[in-house]
Parts: sequence; C-alpha cells; structure tokens
Amino acid sequence: MLRFAVRRIVLLVPVIVGLSLLIFAIARLLPGDPVTLAAGPNATQAEIADLAREFGLDQPLPVQYWHYATGLVTGDWGQSIFTRRPVLEDLKAYLPATLELVVVAMVLAIVIGIPAGLLAAVYRDRWPDYVSRVVSLGAISMPRFFLGLLLQLGLAMWLGWLPLGGRFPLTEDPPPFVTGFLTIDSLWAGDPHAFGVALAYLALPAFATCLSPLATITRMMRATTLEVLQQDYVLTERALGLSQRLIIFKYVLKNAMSSTLTVIGLYFGWLLGGTVLVETVFDWPGIGLYATKAIVTQDFMPVMGVTLTIGVLFVAVNLVVDLLYGLLNPKVRYE
Amino acid sequence: MSASATPDARASAVAARRQNWRRAAYRFQQSWLSIVGLAIVVLLFVAAVAGPSLVPYPADIAGGINTATRFEAPSIAHLFGTNELGQDVFTLVIAGARISLLSGVAVVVLGALAGTIVGALAGYYGGWTDEILMRIADLKLTLPSLILAMAVAAALGAGLVNTIIAIALTWWPGYARLVRGEVIAKKEELFVQVAQALGAGTGRILRRHILPNIVSPIIVKMSLDMGFAILTVASLGFIGIGVKPPTPEWGSLLSIARNYMPDYWWTAMFPGLAIFLAVFGFNLLGDGLRDVLDPRARR
Repeated sequence: MLRFAVRRIVLLVPVIVGLSLLIFAIARLLPGDPVTLAAGPNATQAEIADLAREFGLDQPLPVQYWHYATGLVTGDWGQSIFTRRPVLEDLKAYLPATLELVVVAMVLAIVIGIPAGLLAAVYRDRWPDYVSRVVSLGAISMPRFFLGLLLQLGLAMWLGWLPLGGRFPLTEDPPPFVTGFLTIDSLWAGDPHAFGVALAYLALPAFATCLSPLATITRMMRATTLEVLQQDYVLTERALGLSQRLIIFKYVLKNAMSSTLTVIGLYFGWLLGGTVLVETVFDWPGIGLYATKAIVTQDFMPVMGVTLTIGVLFVAVNLVVDLLYGLLNPKVRYE
Repeated sequence: MSASATPDARASAVAARRQNWRRAAYRFQQSWLSIVGLAIVVLLFVAAVAGPSLVPYPADIAGGINTATRFEAPSIAHLFGTNELGQDVFTLVIAGARISLLSGVAVVVLGALAGTIVGALAGYYGGWTDEILMRIADLKLTLPSLILAMAVAAALGAGLVNTIIAIALTWWPGYARLVRGEVIAKKEELFVQVAQALGAGTGRILRRHILPNIVSPIIVKMSLDMGFAILTVASLGFIGIGVKPPTPEWGSLLSIARNYMPDYWWTAMFPGLAIFLAVFGFNLLGDGLRDVLDPRARR
C-alpha cells in the first residue's frame, strides 16, 4: 500500500508541471492586451511599454514561463494588474469560502444521493425508481443560476426567511480565523449565534450547488447497484437464503459504492470551477466570483492562479480517491 | 468500390439496416420519458425555425422599445408580461429558441469534430502521437471548463460566434477519449487489415472503414451533450460575457431581469423556465437514444 501511494504521489509532479505549462500557453495565446487595458485609454506608448516591462511581458515566452514557474514554487503567483494585490494572498482569502460551499454541498449530495440511488435500483421499475429518475434528470437540467434566483425570490425576497446573499453580515464580526470555514470557526470559538448566522447564509447557495451532484450520484448509484445485483455472488447469497436487507447492506452497497466513489472525486473537482455561477448569484466571496471579476477586466494573473488552484485541487482529490480505492479494493494496489 | 458491391448483398444490407432501425424505434417508444423528450425537442425546433414569424410582437426581437408598456404583468395581450423596455417577454423567449439551439448544435458539432480528429489520430497511430495528444486531453479535463470558456470568450469579445468558439475549445477532450478507445478497438479488426493489405491510405481507412463503425457512440454522446451545451451558452450569457442584448439570448435575458426582482418576477421566470425546458428535453431524448443505440447501457 505504501509503495502504491508513493508512486501515485510522485506521478503528480509531471502533471502539475504540465498544468502550469498549459495554463501559461492558454493565457499567452489569447488575443486581447491586458497591459493596454490596464494603462487606461489615455496612456502613451511609453507608459504602456513601462507597464509591460514592469510585469515582464516584454521578454521572450520561454523566459516569461521560467519566471512564472519559479514564481509559483517560491510563492510568488504574480499580482493583479489592476489592484496590484498579490494573487496568492487573494486566493488564500477567497478559497476557504468556495471550499466550504463545495464541501457542504458534496456531503449533502452523498448523504442523500447514495441511499436514493440504492432505493431506486432495489425498487427498479416501480414508483420509487420512476420518481428518483425523473427528479434527478430534472435536477441535472436545472440551470443552477436559475435555481439560485428562484430560491432568492421565494425564500429570501417573498418569505424573508433567509438572507439574500453574501457570506456573513457586514455589521457583525466574523469568528476568528482557524480553518476559514465560518461554520467550523464559529463552533470552535463557542459562538452558537455566529454559527446560526453562518448556516443561514450558507443554506441557499449550498442547496443550489448540491442539486446537480446529488442527481448525478443518484443516477450513478442506481446504475452500479443494478449491475452488482446481477452478479453471480448475489444470486448465490439469495440461494443461501440470506435476507434481502443483509444482501443489500453488507454485499451490494460496498461493491456499488466503489464506482460511485470515482464519480464523487471527479465531481468535487468539477464543482470547484462550477460554483462560479452560484457565487455570482449569491454574491458569495469565493474564488469563482474573484475569477469572474478578473476575467471581465482581462486580468491574467488572478485567472491563471484560480485555474491552477482548481486544477491542482482536482488532481489532489482524485489522488485521494485513488488511494481510497486501493484501500477498498486490494486488486487495484498490485496492478 | 465497397465490399457490398453486388446487388444482392446491397439489398440484404439495406434490409438489415431497416430492420435495425425499426427495432430501435420500437425500443424508443417503449419509454414514455423519451417520447416526452422528443416532443419538447420538436417543439423547440419548431420555435427556432418558425418562431419569429409566429410571435405576436416581431418588432421586439430586433430591439424595439415601447416605453408605454413597461413592466406589465402577464395578461392575454402579453402572455409572459413585458420587460423594462416594454418588450413582450413571450416574443423574446420564443425568439431565444433559435439562438440557443443554433449555439448548442454548433458547440457540440465543433467539439465532436475536433475531438474525433484528435482521438482518431491518437488511437490509430498510437505511440508518441497518442501519448502527447491524450496527455493534453487529460490535462484539459482537470481544468475548470467554465472558467476557461469564460476567459476565452472575454478575450475574444462578446458575440454569439465567439461564445461558440470559446465553449467548443473546452469541449473536445471528452470526444477525443471516446473516439480513441473505439478506434483502438476497431483497428485490429479483419476488415481494417484487409483495407491495409489492399493499400488504402490512413485517411481512407479512418474515414471509410473505421469512423462509420463508431458513429453511434459519438451520436449518443452528442445528444447527451446538447442540453449541457445549451446550459453553458446560457451560463456565459448570464454572467455577461456571452451574447449581448438586443440578441434575445435566454441567459442574458435572465441576467438583466435579475435586477428587477422581486417586483417584476415574470421577466426572470420565463427565460429561466425556457432554459430548463430545453435542457430537460435534450437530456430525456439523449437518455432514450443511449438506451436504444448503446447496447452496453441497456438493462
């Protein structure tokens, strides 16, 4: 197991180098000149050239990449051409909000989706199956920005039960920083009021985020469970007279879970970039909103920073999934 | 030219194909969800083709402004109400079907085309070509596609064509992986070896002998992707990077309407429902087609 883990981790190095190269290439190949934009409409040629020199954009591409790559390693992720703030600082400030949203949404999706998919498969072609299939296909088709607007309209504007947007009221002090997750930090500080407030702000964005992974996990779980139910060992267990409950929970569930695990890993990474829309609707101060603002002003470095962060997190989460897979299934380890 | 040159063989091949089609159509009809999906998609195509000549206020599509009728609630005269410019929301939503379908089809076709070329080359040549192309595709899959598409669209500038190009650029890796796998499976088959022995070139073998045999998984993936492509176009419009007004694109209609909630909720509700319905229809249809065309998924 240790050798398997070490090999997987070493294999990450070329992937991350490749990621940085690809992101750099995309950023440089795009049309549009951020320097001219940042210098403003009245800038002279000389001022534009000065700004380009300041950001190292006048040098040949390989040199630029070398600066970029060494910067990444030493903690210099460049700075925003507009705000002049270092990108890494900004990322540290915005990433916890996105992670909190994604983690809560994923937990909700897993906790509801796995039983729902299992139920649909066990009651195949009967009403629980039909309901879960139609609802999950509908949930996948629901644009999350529209769902977000509907939730805002109904629960925040009309009923006034939950806040419209944001992460924490500006008039109150957030709990001291420990993990960056406001729900955990407020519990850590022993402040039930702050916990309630954080939860109220989190509720709508988390629900809007969780719906499509929930639907995907349900569908995946249904499909894999159906596959497992047709295996010979399930037939054997039936023939031995084991109860349905024992067969489902002890044998089928575990085997069906392992394929679903892969989907969960993929979805987690996908959600990190996919929260952009929810963050825009709910004004949630995460990296998606940060990236959107940078994209609109064609600010290279923040966009590259966000893309790389999400890429690395994606790879890391899938590594964890691979390792879990190795723990669950010994066959994988010795391949 | 081809293997089934004799009249008899050709007739039996045609008969077999017709029988396959009939069987597929029967299986498709068995699932009422697929029929609902088909109905929605047909409705969308009708709206896309004939919409502009059917709507009650065609002048609004081109950006006609009518300040006397701003923000009227839904009524008989304005089924979906009117927006901040006094335009009929029903007219705009129907006109939006053409934009959404056109861009969805364009994204999926461009993505499938690029992905098929990359995947076919990687699968057929193998070795270094395969390594390099597939590693790029893998890396592409780890990057957040929505953010990438947004960045490319912003750099290219607003507009329908640029939005389509930006999304298609992030769309090909899935097809590349699919086609590569299918090509690898097919290239060792006897009919390919025969073609090689007869001296057919690589391009001819891929086009005439391999691609026709792997077309059905590609079609299934395209139909499953259509809904998601429409959703992505609408997302870019919603963020304000994609199609700009006065083009009546559903996402950008929604993004403007957002500023007028909750009082004028109908300006947001109907474009949003249109996006949902379109995506839902294509997803239902895609699911149905997959069950029919992909024997592995059939249970």
